Amino acid sequence: MFDVKKIRKDFKILNREIWDDKLLVYLDNAATTQKPNCVIDSIVNYYENYNANIHRGVHKLAEEATVAYENVREKVSRFINASDEDAVIFTRNATESMNLLAFCLGESLKEGDEVIISEMEHHANIIPWYLLRDRKKITIKFIPITEKYELDYEALEKLITKKTKIVSITQKSNVLGTVNDIKKISKLAKTVNAIVIVDAAQSAPHMKIDFSNLGADFIAFSSHKMCGPTGIGVLVGKKELLEKMPPYMGGGEMIRKVTFEDFTCNDVPWKFEAGTPNIADVIAFGVALDYLENIGIENIYEYEKELTLYALDKMKQFEFLKIYNSRAASCEQGSGNSSSQDAGRGSGIGLITFSNPVVHPHDIATIVDQYGVAIRAGHHCAQPLMKKLGVSSTCRASFYFYNTKEEIDIFINVLKKALEYFEIGACKTLKTVLPK
Amino acid sequence: MTTAIMDRSTPQLDELYKEIILEHYRHPCGREPLERVDLEAEGLNPLCGDEVKLGLQIKNNVIEKVHLEGHGCSISTASGSILADILKGKTLDEAKKYLTYVKETMHNKPHSIDVEEGDLEVLEGVKRFPVRIKCALLPWTTLEEAMAGHKHVEIS
Ligand SMILES: Cc1ncc(COP(=O)(O)O)c(C=O)c1O
Repeated sequence: MFDVKKIRKDFKILNREIWDDKLLVYLDNAATTQKPNCVIDSIVNYYENYNANIHRGVHKLAEEATVAYENVREKVSRFINASDEDAVIFTRNATESMNLLAFCLGESLKEGDEVIISEMEHHANIIPWYLLRDRKKITIKFIPITEKYELDYEALEKLITKKTKIVSITQKSNVLGTVNDIKKISKLAKTVNAIVIVDAAQSAPHMKIDFSNLGADFIAFSSHKMCGPTGIGVLVGKKELLEKMPPYMGGGEMIRKVTFEDFTCNDVPWKFEAGTPNIADVIAFGVALDYLENIGIENIYEYEKELTLYALDKMKQFEFLKIYNSRAASCEQGSGNSSSQDAGRGSGIGLITFSNPVVHPHDIATIVDQYGVAIRAGHHCAQPLMKKLGVSSTCRASFYFYNTKEEIDIFINVLKKALEYFEIGACKTLKTVLPK
Repeated sequence: MTTAIMDRSTPQLDELYKEIILEHYRHPCGREPLERVDLEAEGLNPLCGDEVKLGLQIKNNVIEKVHLEGHGCSISTASGSILADILKGKTLDEAKKYLTYVKETMHNKPHSIDVEEGDLEVLEGVKRFPVRIKCALLPWTTLEEAMAGHKHVEIS
């Protein structure tokens, strides 16, 4: 049974008083999640009891540390149902994983080749491709989004041509909550043998990923968005491709043999892990994965769905709040059941992005913060998407399994206060000010 | 355990959102277009994506009019409105003094010069909300760039 009260005891920070009498209500989970005690303890335990460099010692500590570190690869692989044909590489974060891919895959691209991304990407899945474009004179194309905040799959069909070499897409938007149909995208991409990359930074923490059945070649995500420590990212992908790719960085660990003239690379995955890795945090990430599996990713998903629908429903009272959420959008247009045509399972669940044309997101965030409620205001590292939505910034409340309905009530209440604070009528008279 | 970063005294919202600030936000000065743009710059707050465009109409070293456009939060809008209001009719040298004064205020430094504060006083409250200092400074750093002849500025 999912017992949120019990779960909350695992997170010491949830008892933090932000201001006098104001307990933390943490609704910025899409930025980073909180860490359970077991993850924090794991880091202390490592440094207190078996800290040693890995892969390069014959002593007992080195062996223990190496085994603990290497075991996490297996956990990651299981967590997303990767296969024996895939390798698990540790990076610093999802961003580094994307950069690694753009750099190493990019080496084989030629002028005129095309990379397809979408209009709802995080900067982490835009800038590495811009950098590659500037190096290799390739072209980048964007899959447009529809009014329901879904990818326009018909447009994608037209975008994919023989020139398409890579299709790199977020599985879940960090702004709209849209869950994209990776299977469908992979199928299309494979008709021209393009490589498919999945940015799972927002999906891995919240929904079951079946990597082996997605048809994609690579997937990337960050530990810190799923109860693990900062400083660890994951890149999982086809060994066959990784073996053909040039290394990313050079140094210790990634080599097999070095002479005065040259070097040979280590095997995958070590080939892509130059230098001493972040051992303590990889091990702690493994603990986080165990913790999530123990609660059950399906349970997490169902619980977050309930929270999100509850919050969306409460937010309806604010007539002048513009909500940018794929689930809300598809409900509005009358196809709001969970198996609606376009909205993938879990679409729009876990985060709600909104804005008010009169009260600036920064002001909303500052005001709710005075009540201990942490939400995000800004462009959410998705400036092109903001432009598409016609705003410079928005607010975002994002949930995780330790949040409660009571916390959402607090949030809704202080949101009301924030809107009322600006007497210009953000809440009331706006209807007369703004034409529909 | 209490550490230094855990500031427990609650800064009051009314310190930030003084009535004068809200008034400037509702009815900002400097929104009428200029007859002539002599100096201009665009400012961007990359933190939130807010943009401001500032233009100056100048005659004999005197700022005849300030024009501002763009969207911003209440703090940056009010700060820009106060700027437009105060600098109208001032010389460029005086404008520089105001700029120094506002920066000193925001960075919590003792004032090296004296100016007629007017509504600027209300920006004091922003200091209690460190993440919002950039918002208050945005129009002023844009002014600085315009006076220096640069067209674009990102504050970080
Ligand atoms: C969809 C998406 N992709 C990539 C990232 C980048 O993650 P990180 O900053 O951990 O590298 C984020 C984080 O905000 C994200 O939401």
